Amino acid sequence: MVCATETASRIAARVKGAVTLTHQHGCTQIGRDAEQTLRTLSGVARNPNVAATLVVGLGCETIGAEKILELIEREGRPAEMLNIQDEHGTLRTTKKGVSIAKRMVVKARKTKREPFPLRELIVGLECGGSDVTSGIAANPALGVASDAIVHDGGTTILSETTEFIGAEHILAERGSSPHVRKRIYEITYKMERRLKAAGVDFLGTQPTPGNIRGGLTTLEEKSLGCIYKAGTARVQEVLEYAEKPRKNGLVIMDTPGQDVESIAGMIAGGAQLIAFTTGQGTPVGCPIAPVIKITGNPRTYKMMKEHIDIDAGVIVEGKNTVANVGKEIFDEVIKVSSGKRTKSEKLGHREFAITRTGSTF
Amino acid sequence: MVRRKANAVVLSERDNVAVALDDIEQNTLVRVRKGDQILEVRADEDIPFAHKFAITNVQKGHPIYKYGEIIGKATRAIRRGQHVHVHNVEGMRGKANSWKTGRRR
Repeated sequence: MVCATETASRIAARVKGAVTLTHQHGCTQIGRDAEQTLRTLSGVARNPNVAATLVVGLGCETIGAEKILELIEREGRPAEMLNIQDEHGTLRTTKKGVSIAKRMVVKARKTKREPFPLRELIVGLECGGSDVTSGIAANPALGVASDAIVHDGGTTILSETTEFIGAEHILAERGSSPHVRKRIYEITYKMERRLKAAGVDFLGTQPTPGNIRGGLTTLEEKSLGCIYKAGTARVQEVLEYAEKPRKNGLVIMDTPGQDVESIAGMIAGGAQLIAFTTGQGTPVGCPIAPVIKITGNPRTYKMMKEHIDIDAGVIVEGKNTVANVGKEIFDEVIKVSSGKRTKSEKLGHREFAITRTGSTF
Repeated sequence: MVRRKANAVVLSERDNVAVALDDIEQNTLVRVRKGDQILEVRADEDIPFAHKFAITNVQKGHPIYKYGEIIGKATRAIRRGQHVHVHNVEGMRGKANSWKTGRRR
């Protein structure tokens, strides 16, 4: 897969309307790590935003193009594949690939826009580049929007398990069943154990001196500030990385705190849209789903306006309420789902990264 | 949009603290937004931006509520208007409360 990345990029670059997933994986991975990469790649291809997929492989990799193609076709989605070795080199593969991709784009352009109920929408919730305003403005406002989406039958995904540590008992209390509650503890404990195994004394060093200077007093408070972007709804399900939800409502996905990786996991799980809060500002977008950027920091909004869609800094300025900005975010979700382009889309940001659970061999 | 500017906000109904939206000087009468209302609380000391202060008296050992949840407990009695931070609050998680988290040991 990584060996075909350059070729796939060249094909996508020559076809307007095509995007590629640039990644470094697919070979000499084993066990669960290999399964996760396969699940992520095929999951992204099956995302409702994707009209069709051309899988480009080398021909001899661990996670072969045929495996991905099979998983996509199983769901009845259009897909084709090319292997560089079978096509006898990258020049021929690129030529053929451009022709296939152009055909796919022409067909995709004939798709007509039609209304669909909110219950078919999955929104991934994300926070990154957080600062003191995140927990008091942007995340509470996003939480209001998340509750509104769930109330109307939609689904929102809370991820970044590392951020639950400290408030996992509060999150678990919102589990809709004993099994969900158990799973919340399990994934949080697993993340803590991994940190410990890596020699990190997480509990002993949180909140950090920087956090404390900024006003965060306890780990519970810091963690709650992150979790608050998921509002107050009950948690219906706990998903593995890149797993598709089986239930509607608020669900949790076990991902690391790394923004680009957690977004990749959520879109592989079917999220058609990402709502992303940032205190300090970040340009991160996504090749497959629009990313709505929200900041609660008035200075960040002013300085990075070309990257930010929603100004939640008005809450900090005392000019507007969490409830009103929450409604504005909800309205933006509807508009973006209906075709409005976000700033990260206009700027062409297509960051992508897959979480690994093991090393390459 | 709202007419009077608030310089602090209470994030949830149950909370006993407000978060300063500005650096607040001691003795200022703070306009605290709580839902649709504005409360007035006099700052007992300087409260830095994004720091917390009590909006009611809190007894020693009693919980501090923010986001509608317990974020820690008061290590001494706290008066309405006082700064709420590491000098008078202690977190409970991270102190080997394994029974609370349900973790196997």
